Amino acid sequence: MAFLSQAWAIVRKDLLTELRGASTIVSMVLLGLLVVLVFNFGAEPGADSAVLARSGVLWAAFLFSGVIAVGRSFASEKEAGCLDGLLLCPADRGAIYLGKLIGNLILVFATGVVILLFFTVVYNVGIGAGWLGLLLLLVLASVGLSTLGTLFAAVAAGVRARDALLTVFIFPLLVPLVIAAAHTSTLLLAGQSLGDAGLWPWLLVVYDAVFLAVSFVVFDFVVED
Amino acid sequence: MEGGQKRRGLATGILGGVVFALILAALIAALLLVPREKTMGDIQRIFYFHMPSAWIALGPAFTVVFALSIAYLVSGKLVYDRWAAASAEIGVMFTTITLVTGPLWAKPVWGVYWTWEPRLTTTLVLWFIYVGYLLLRSIAGEGARRARLAAVYGIVGWIDVPIVFLSIWWWRTIHPRLLSGSGFAMDRRMFEGLMVSLAAFTLFYVYLLVVRARSLTMEAEITGLRARLRHRDRGGDRL
Repeated sequence: MAFLSQAWAIVRKDLLTELRGASTIVSMVLLGLLVVLVFNFGAEPGADSAVLARSGVLWAAFLFSGVIAVGRSFASEKEAGCLDGLLLCPADRGAIYLGKLIGNLILVFATGVVILLFFTVVYNVGIGAGWLGLLLLLVLASVGLSTLGTLFAAVAAGVRARDALLTVFIFPLLVPLVIAAAHTSTLLLAGQSLGDAGLWPWLLVVYDAVFLAVSFVVFDFVVED
Repeated sequence: MEGGQKRRGLATGILGGVVFALILAALIAALLLVPREKTMGDIQRIFYFHMPSAWIALGPAFTVVFALSIAYLVSGKLVYDRWAAASAEIGVMFTTITLVTGPLWAKPVWGVYWTWEPRLTTTLVLWFIYVGYLLLRSIAGEGARRARLAAVYGIVGWIDVPIVFLSIWWWRTIHPRLLSGSGFAMDRRMFEGLMVSLAAFTLFYVYLLVVRARSLTMEAEITGLRARLRHRDRGGDRL
């Protein structure tokens, strides 16, 4: 129980900081919307470039905005010298990781919802009955992104790497997540249900579970100083 | 100490000689002895260098990084970190060779330099992951912290690779295949040539690994000596 309440204290702290004007979510949402906008110019005007290409846009926007959130989560701690304080707390390192992870997850998921809504409006995609599946998909993708993102944000903070480098570190690792998410969302937006997507959602589940477990084990080593 | 170093130097020298002879043999076999492939012609001979490079990249190189990363995190001995670094550098080199020789062969045979086929795409992602690993090492300073962070990357990256392959494989099997793989029946001499080349490349990898790990060890020793010298110049303890 102590473990969970420690993690929750960190989640609360991060969300409070966010609400009191850290405004990470504002830049996340803006970047996400801009990616959707810019990709639009790559397509022929008025061309029906199929939902396939469009869902690629959706996940590109999701990834880029997600990297901002996870990058900030440790960079801001580092800047203010808070990370040392956090590590000196008599809290389990696993609880610190979990707290940071959940804080990021909330931001990433909320931003994902906004991007998804914007996307469906400007590309005239009807979600219809698929909304529950899309939300579930967004949860799975957010967990994967936040899991590896939080771990590597801690790595990047350890070497004072800029956000661009964090992107280089985690994007190749996120390839399976993008493929699975893009494929599933294409099916969902074409009016099929999550059950029609076959093993793709399960690939996401396995991906999330594997990296959650691995990150939990190795996080200790990342912050050990 | 002196004797041990000499013996190790001799062993490395012999290994280097064997590797040199084997590579020469592989070159002669691939370019002169092995018959010309009927439909593809001489361009097929690139296979004798492409496939062994891909073997090093997808087989031992990064698996060694993974195993040594765990060994480092468990034991805290920096020697594992240096060998992991050496293996990753060589692995990236062989991955690059694979990615360059593949398209050179594909253009005349398939008509395109690149196709998003699972093996190709996975190799490209693999390259990105381990270039990221080397990039992390290059900015992480040195010593225990770099070793820890790199080890974390070395473990997570290696676990990711099979998932990458699986996802791309599923993705491609659902989409229409533009091109199918080579699938030529292999002549006995071709097979022998390939085996010589595989042996040459594998030993070449081992040789490079030994030499590079030693140079990294020397680098660490020199850094340590410099630090002690500076310390002494400032009037600290004697050496």
